[in-house]
Amino acid sequence: MAVLTLAQAITDALDIALDNDERVLLMGEDVGKAGGVFRLSNGLYEKYGPDRVIDAPVAESGIIGTAFGMAVAGMRPVTEIQFMGFSYPAYDQIVSHVGRIRSRSRHRFTSPMVIRMPYGGGIGASEHHSESTESIYAHTPGVKVVVPSTPYDAKGMLLQAIDDPDPVIFLEPIRLYRSVKEEIPVGAYLVPLGLARVLVPGDDVTIITYGAMTAEARKAVAILKQEGVSPELIDLRSIVPFDVDTVVESVEKTGRAVVVHEAHRTAGFGAEVVAQIQERALFSLSAPVQRVTGWDMIVPLKRAEHHYVPTAERIVAAVGKTLEE
Amino acid sequence: MLQILTPEGELVGDPPIDVPMTRRLYRAMVGARLYDRKATAIQKQGRLATYAPFEGQEAAQVGSAAVLRPDDWMVATYRDAAAMWMQGYPWELLLAGRTGHERGGSPPDYVNVLPPSITVGAHMLHAVGLAWAERLQGNDRIAVTYFGEGATSEGDFHEAMNFAAVHRTGTVFLCQNNQYAISTGLNAQMATDTIAQKAGAYGVPGVRLDGNDLFAVYWAMKNAVDRARGSNGPTLIEAVTYRIGPHTTSDDPTRYRTNEEVDDWRSRDPLERVRRYLELNGAWDEEWQKHIEGEESAVVERAVELAEGLNTPDADELFDSMFAEPTSDLESQRRLLESEGG
Ligand SMILES: Cc1ncc(C[n+]2csc(CCOP(=O)(O)OP(=O)(O)O)c2C)c(N)n1
Repeated sequence: MAVLTLAQAITDALDIALDNDERVLLMGEDVGKAGGVFRLSNGLYEKYGPDRVIDAPVAESGIIGTAFGMAVAGMRPVTEIQFMGFSYPAYDQIVSHVGRIRSRSRHRFTSPMVIRMPYGGGIGASEHHSESTESIYAHTPGVKVVVPSTPYDAKGMLLQAIDDPDPVIFLEPIRLYRSVKEEIPVGAYLVPLGLARVLVPGDDVTIITYGAMTAEARKAVAILKQEGVSPELIDLRSIVPFDVDTVVESVEKTGRAVVVHEAHRTAGFGAEVVAQIQERALFSLSAPVQRVTGWDMIVPLKRAEHHYVPTAERIVAAVGKTLEE
Repeated sequence: MLQILTPEGELVGDPPIDVPMTRRLYRAMVGARLYDRKATAIQKQGRLATYAPFEGQEAAQVGSAAVLRPDDWMVATYRDAAAMWMQGYPWELLLAGRTGHERGGSPPDYVNVLPPSITVGAHMLHAVGLAWAERLQGNDRIAVTYFGEGATSEGDFHEAMNFAAVHRTGTVFLCQNNQYAISTGLNAQMATDTIAQKAGAYGVPGVRLDGNDLFAVYWAMKNAVDRARGSNGPTLIEAVTYRIGPHTTSDDPTRYRTNEEVDDWRSRDPLERVRRYLELNGAWDEEWQKHIEGEESAVVERAVELAEGLNTPDADELFDSMFAEPTSDLESQRRLLESEGG
């Protein structure tokens, strides 16, 4: 066992994958000599060389399009898009090719590749550096979309994503890179994709979230417990596939639910969660399901960002609404 | 590579501007460097979000922007504060953006400069559309776009060059080849020897010059702007220069380049060679240097005060900025924020 941050857990997983499987390579802007802008590939260029840890030209469509070709031809590319906000030049490749090839070739060709993207706000970054637009990718058929929030999950899910026979978008919460630490196993282990996890068991209300918002939700849970409320906190870990069973089981017990994400509200993933809850568990509900989300606006810069990113206070208020009924 | 003024301050060609104008542009470069150093310093104190310094690129930016008419369009990047300032974008607004205030994106009405592009590449196309629209509306305003050599790897560079060429828009493409795109050097970025040569593929003239030479930059830009204004189409200028500082304040350049390399480029400093030239022509002395540094520094200090003094945007400013009239969705979200608390 070793105590690692979420960032170190990802580095560890990349190192293991490059070491174990010659088909694996890492490609992205500044991932080589500089070790990535977040230093997540630190030391890997020195260890595996420029053919396997590749400094790409500044060309996101190029990175994803060529990685797609490599994946089709038998490699296991792990790509890094420097920030989620710079993934859009590659969106055409993802929606038109990466997510389609298996189906349009009826399994003849496949594109097993990982697209890593640091995402999310709350750190007062520059424009485009705080995006949380996972719904765009969840709405794109043929790609899985996963979001670890702990070092243990980050390592096991990344190794699983690299092994997955299909393309996986692997979202990395920037805010949690270095703020969470835990003891995790040394060496390879896998965490299956598509399973939610109950972080805190409880009886009164289900709080459903993922990624960086797990940190705010944990704070809200602490406040609610002091007020005598017993919330159950679920970390989805994966939004495609979406583990609706775990959510429904919890809501059937608590009868109340609040979905939290920092993404924009309209057509955010919370809307999907609410829709599925009402399809499967409407009659277990004692109150309307609430959403705590970012707003339908550009993520504000540093000085006004606090108006945007959901806070524990807003989560507590939304829980309060469900309890009024 | 075109050069008019050597690093030693000696002429190897005809200067395109006279001595009084050279003094004005030298002073602007001094002001720009003071701004850049101040911004870097206050970023280190946590007063700015990340900052992308342009030290070493002053001649490329000041010398090119000096050619423009005040009403010409400019679409530039996070590293082009000096060019934007030359075209009327006030220091305080350039700084305000870096303090994390959206009002930094809103220059005065008479300034035709878009807020700096943070995404690499996309903005080059905008300069094609801007110039094209001016011609369609019977105006002779042109548009210049600034970008780095890394940006030429994005597909949008190729689309912009081709569009501009096909429609002969009055666009000047000014590439500051500062040798690195974050950590990625030229060899890993492209397999061509120059950026200027790429112009040929689109049927556009390409010019390569010493980007630390104020006169070479001015001369090439003047030709390109005249061509653009005369409806003769776009030009690609490659200004070969060097980023002396880190990519941004979060970057550690020692990971990918040597100190010797940086020192070598320091010896080709764009300010020093103009200073020597002016001195040789009896148009520079210590006293004047102190005087302009004092005045330009006061302007920068005032800008810092103004930028930091802007009041924090309230939630209404955010909701009201999205559409001409906030939509019903935004109105209900505004109410929700009020009821749940920030
Ligand atoms: C579309 C996009 N991809 C990636 C980035 C991250 N990024 C910011 S600057 C930069 C390098 C750009 O290099 P260059 O165009 O040479 O300009 P320079 O920074 O050297 O002035 C990168 C990759 C971005 N801002 N936008």
